[in-house]
Amino acid sequence: MHSESLNTQSTFPARQTGTRPEHPPGIPLAIHDLTVAYHRKPVLWDIELNIPEGKLVGVVGPNGAGKSTLLKACLDLVPLTSGWAHIYGKPYRKNRHRVAYVPQRESVDWDFPVNALDVVAMGSYRRLGWFRRVSKAETERAMDALDQVGIGHLALRQISQLSGGQQQRVFLARALMQDADLYLMDEPFAAVDAATEEAIVDLLRKLSERGKTCLVVHHDLATVTTYFDWLVLINMRVVADGPATETFTRENLQKTYGGKLSLLEKAAEALRSTPH
Amino acid sequence: MNWTGFDTWIVIIGALCAAACALPGCFLVLRKMSMMGDAISHAVLPGLAIAFLVTGARASVAMFIGAAIAGVLTALFTQWITRFGNVDRGAAMGIVFTTLFAIGLLLIRQAADHVDLDPGCVLYGALELTPLDTVTLGGIAIPRAALVNGIVLLLNLGIIGLLYKELKLTSFDPDLADTLGYSSQFLHYLLMTMVAVTTVAAFESVGSIIVIAMLIVPPATALLLTHDLLKMLLISVAAAVLAAVCGHIGALIVPGWFGFESTTTSGMIALASGLIFALAWLFGPHEGIVTKWRREAAIVPEPAPITNNSTT
Repeated sequence: MHSESLNTQSTFPARQTGTRPEHPPGIPLAIHDLTVAYHRKPVLWDIELNIPEGKLVGVVGPNGAGKSTLLKACLDLVPLTSGWAHIYGKPYRKNRHRVAYVPQRESVDWDFPVNALDVVAMGSYRRLGWFRRVSKAETERAMDALDQVGIGHLALRQISQLSGGQQQRVFLARALMQDADLYLMDEPFAAVDAATEEAIVDLLRKLSERGKTCLVVHHDLATVTTYFDWLVLINMRVVADGPATETFTRENLQKTYGGKLSLLEKAAEALRSTPH
Repeated sequence: MNWTGFDTWIVIIGALCAAACALPGCFLVLRKMSMMGDAISHAVLPGLAIAFLVTGARASVAMFIGAAIAGVLTALFTQWITRFGNVDRGAAMGIVFTTLFAIGLLLIRQAADHVDLDPGCVLYGALELTPLDTVTLGGIAIPRAALVNGIVLLLNLGIIGLLYKELKLTSFDPDLADTLGYSSQFLHYLLMTMVAVTTVAAFESVGSIIVIAMLIVPPATALLLTHDLLKMLLISVAAAVLAAVCGHIGALIVPGWFGFESTTTSGMIALASGLIFALAWLFGPHEGIVTKWRREAAIVPEPAPITNNSTT
């Protein structure tokens, strides 16, 4: 029964008739008609997005809304049921070098026997290619990247000896090493100390000034409009997207978070505290 | 103790075997798939049996190919059952390797009953007998097992030397590996193939159960002693060789204390590995239980008058 409803909807005629707006070819991230399902259960449904260049984009939505899956879908890490995501007008595998990914901190084992510098150097592996070792120049770049996130002095420390915030900075430094144009970050602000939060915001601003585009999964509604200038509200579908101040409205949040009362109250509070 | 050239060969074969296992074992431990070593070491049996039935020769190249295929199939089936059957990885592994092992046993029992592919030997190995089966290489007679395990050790060294960066990346963060264009799937199956081939080489000497001790215990020991991947690989090989040496000496000496004949060396090697692990666990420089305890004891002289439970 479930599959039937899936079928009838996915063959809904309006989808293939080309009535949707054209995607400009050179934009950092264009997503069209994207659907992702795990075990026949849709996680993302008919996503249609155009992310403009040089923007700091917040991706906001309740738990299980498919935010992480959206990033993974852009990176070819999960199979797509339908649709596509293009990076600067091309499929991901043809434009790998223009994207850097910062996964959730818990996605790796921090007891792994490597130091911070090793992890950051991994950001250079695509440039190096198979069999080639990390060169001295790349090691220096990795040191630079660690300095940029303010933990150059911890380069040789084993990663389990770092605090949560420091581990997050290691991941950001690794993304900087990739020297990309589009940065996809999965909850970089989750459970970090205030100093790290500030360092990350600083870094995002600097990237944006250099014309880089950052797509950041974010949880804290209170900081959305101060950190980001573009917003994607998502709950399986895209509820709203556009300039942050215009999109961050009570109505849109209500649609995104549905009947989750406590969250709604938080949202209302956040709305009150932001200048409108 | 009466040490002969025979004993030297036993130690050499045991050491080669253990070192060859420890290298891929490090990555199994780091990927938290230690039991995949268990699964593969059992599941290669039907591959071995079929290759043996087709070629009629033991320890042929065909047997390694058969084993490698069976090993990869184990990994593949496990993944399929996990994904499509909605069971957890451990259960899927249990289903796959017991089924394959059973098929292997049946094949050996039914079709090859009249030949010397002995199920008992498959389980426990016969390290003491391996020096009897020699091949001549450049005029010198060396045991076939030493040659086979030596080649596998070199192969493992070569692959890890060549793909060190790739194996490190994909073991630490497979998603990043995929986004950077290094197929984590490919490297996963490469590692599984290495494990399968290594197990088959080790099979005859130490059997399919002790081989798990060789795959897992030295790497786990090394992980207690270092926070550096390269050092972990080196220490695990050192621990493996040490266990082989101590294991054989122990097998000769220890039973004598109780008035018995010498005992099985492969079992003693596994026991020695376990003891070395226990020592590392107790006295390791970072995480050792005793080390930590002594470190804490050394801190006590600081002005800390309240908590003094340890003196009672």
